[in-house]
Amino acid sequence: MSTLYEEIRELRALYPEERSAVMPALQLAQERHGGWLPEAAFREVADALDVTPAYCLSIASFYDMFRLEPVGETVIEVCTNISCALNGAQQVVEAFESELGLPAGRTGGAYTLRTVECLGGCGWATIVAVNNRHRLRVRAADVPAIVAELEGREPAASDAAEEAGADVGDA
Amino acid sequence: MSATPEIVFAGTDGGALTAIADYEAVGGFAALAKARTMTPDEVIEELNASNLRGRGGAFFPTGRKWSFVPKPDKLDKPHYLVVNADESEPGTFKDREIMLRVPFRFLEGCLIAAHAIESKHVFIYIRGEYQREFEVLVDALEQMRPQGLLGDITIVLHRGAGAYICGEETALLESLEGRRGQPRTKPPFPAIAGLYASPTAVNNVESITTATSVLELGGAEYAKLGVENSTGTRVFSLSGNVVNGGNYELPHGFPLKDLIYEVGGGIANGRALKAVIPGGSSTPILTAEEAGRVTLDFDSLVGAGTAIGSAAVIVIDDRCCMVQLAVRVSQFYEHESCGKCTPCRVGTRWLSSILQKIEDGRGAQADMDLLLSVAERINGKCLCPLGDSDAIAVASYVDKFRDEFQAHIDEGGCPFHGASSLEHVLAPVLQHTHEAAAEALA
Repeated sequence: MSTLYEEIRELRALYPEERSAVMPALQLAQERHGGWLPEAAFREVADALDVTPAYCLSIASFYDMFRLEPVGETVIEVCTNISCALNGAQQVVEAFESELGLPAGRTGGAYTLRTVECLGGCGWATIVAVNNRHRLRVRAADVPAIVAELEGREPAASDAAEEAGADVGDA
Repeated sequence: MSATPEIVFAGTDGGALTAIADYEAVGGFAALAKARTMTPDEVIEELNASNLRGRGGAFFPTGRKWSFVPKPDKLDKPHYLVVNADESEPGTFKDREIMLRVPFRFLEGCLIAAHAIESKHVFIYIRGEYQREFEVLVDALEQMRPQGLLGDITIVLHRGAGAYICGEETALLESLEGRRGQPRTKPPFPAIAGLYASPTAVNNVESITTATSVLELGGAEYAKLGVENSTGTRVFSLSGNVVNGGNYELPHGFPLKDLIYEVGGGIANGRALKAVIPGGSSTPILTAEEAGRVTLDFDSLVGAGTAIGSAAVIVIDDRCCMVQLAVRVSQFYEHESCGKCTPCRVGTRWLSSILQKIEDGRGAQADMDLLLSVAERINGKCLCPLGDSDAIAVASYVDKFRDEFQAHIDEGGCPFHGASSLEHVLAPVLQHTHEAAAEALA
């Protein structure tokens, strides 16, 4: 298996200029570090590209999908932008908070729960991303089954997930 | 659904064309073959004849945009085609469905556009949240390579990492160059000095995909669809309090009320229509009465004081408090402001806090004037349209629903008394304070 360094060098080759590879390199490093970017990740990316660790941090801190603190194995993100909010997104957030015993914005145990801006699934509200896989038309009432499924207490493919499969959903 | 000819989704029969053989069976790659027998200028001429205008929101003629890219003998630098697949205007979700269902028509359009601007390098900047769409494109490219369709053109998929501002073309270019996604001052325009200070065309996914169809049908034939100044079809993203949310490809000029009531099945839960945001959260709101009169095209919506934007129609029913809507919209722009220019960085924050004050019943009469004054000090004074969007949207809510704002001040609180559909929505920008509150409670 190739090292992170080698993989970043491969990414670098896709671009006319080295700096363009910083974002994809950080994405790769984040994947390798369990979903977040510890200081070591910035040094690794900086080593592989002609930039400093501080520069890498300045990029990571700008974009929402880079995480500067440890995250749970399962990251649950609920869209609360207008179309989802009009369709009960807040009730979905509260159902996850109560089911996981975790306030939105926090990491606890195996989970990170947060609200996010528009995920681009407005017509299929409410959108919930589980490790960046989108579930469509999630209602508060679906949340206990989703959490049970994530904990392996129930088989995959809840009603909401199956329905989602018909168009663009992931689960 | 309707007798509309499908252009973008032609041949899909409601499904997806993700196997290259299936796409070829419906005439796939014929447009590319045709384009490659034509000179770049002839391709641009075909686009001009179609009057295809940009589907990302600015409605700029696609052919003209391509014609601005200097010919290689005039400027000896590599030419770049950059595709904006960073769809993130609230209400908009069409490009993801295009990438999922007709990935080859989209990629074929990329190759046609590259031919038109004489570029060998295509970068597709796809938003990081679109994981599955990214995988579909990777797979489609793998199917195309053995067939030699790419020729000497490279297509690189570059994933964003969560920043609405990167949908703005110069911020997108900065991001693609490995910097923070902050807009550049214009001029120079990307056509002259875009990616790596080289000539660059930046086009939206739907525009590029439609270009394939324009080549296939011929520009003049395409221009017969739709209405004057807004030719062709459009993929409308319908969302909010409507029975059948989803993407619908319809001709420009389609009545908004028919999209909501016939195509969309009407207002959900038997509620009454209160307002419609016609072109994504950046566009001014329409009252129910206004929404009943307009058609979905550039001229009709401009005539009604709003815009077709990204063709994202957000339907709002009578349970929604307009001040809460303004708070939530403004919190979005505040969160997404890149911080580069002061009117946007400071102004969006001011708008959110004044609106929250009014919503909480702490607003005084002077706060209404202050709100509109802040909006005026943002609008037209920013580097890019992000701050303007917040100002324009909020000012339109005040303009159309002033009585409701006034009632918050007069009654010292929200007249919905906790029954609004947007009650207590937790925006990401509030998450940190929410976290602190949770900490204090624990």
